[in-house]
Amino acid sequence: MFTRYTAALAALLFVSAAPFAQAADKPTDPQIAHIAYTAGVLDIEAAKQAIKISKNKEVVAFAKDMERDHEAVNKQALDLVKKLKVKPEDNATSQALTKAAEEERAKLAKLKGAAFDKAYIENEVAYHKQVNGALETLLIPSASNAELKSLLETGLKIFQGHEQHAEHVAGMLK
Amino acid sequence: MKAGVSIGLPWLASLALMTAPAAAATIEVTIDKLVFSPATVEAKVGDTIEWVNKDVVAHTATVKGGWEVMIQPKKSANLTLQAAGSVDYFCRFHPNMKGHVNVAP
Repeated sequence: MFTRYTAALAALLFVSAAPFAQAADKPTDPQIAHIAYTAGVLDIEAAKQAIKISKNKEVVAFAKDMERDHEAVNKQALDLVKKLKVKPEDNATSQALTKAAEEERAKLAKLKGAAFDKAYIENEVAYHKQVNGALETLLIPSASNAELKSLLETGLKIFQGHEQHAEHVAGMLK
Repeated sequence: MKAGVSIGLPWLASLALMTAPAAAATIEVTIDKLVFSPATVEAKVGDTIEWVNKDVVAHTATVKGGWEVMIQPKKSANLTLQAAGSVDYFCRFHPNMKGHVNVAP
């Protein structure tokens, strides 16, 4: 089990190797809620950057879809943690995700035009793949509250849709 | 983008007049947790499909190169079938969602 979680976390955080050495334990519900919420916030921030920078109609439409969906899911997540009286707890995984996203945003900020569009969409594919992998192998199996688990499962289906949508847009940019 | 958002009674009445004597049916398709249910609809020209979206995110029912209906979160939207044929549809926002409509003449 230990190895499996470590591997899943490593997959989740392959972009930033340092913090997960200490985070090998199975995450708790308050940590899972924090990770899932953070992952959503980070994709909303990426979308906002794309809406500002991109001139490509398809890319902007995709970014708006991401912003709208992740806001809706995060609102549901907030309602649920309030109802369950769970206080989301910051943790090494959330921090590593945030750090990686900040680095990606800085990288993207230097690009424009087609180069920006391509880099943004490719990162969206990779990011959704990464988060979906973590949901499937780590966050959903670790969640103990049934309602939290169910929300994560629906979230996974939505984000798998995003991954396919991003792949479709990436194909159109080629 | 938006097709047939409201399904008022006067509209139903006029539809009934237009298509008499065979009354057109309204077929409900529920969207829950990114699943179209039923996944396959059997209909005839003049019937209406009403999608009821129980999710918190918007979906579309899109036929590649054909019609598209946008279904807002917690809302319904409908489409009256104009042409016979068999079509696959999907959600443009979440292409992992798929449905099928068989329209008899």
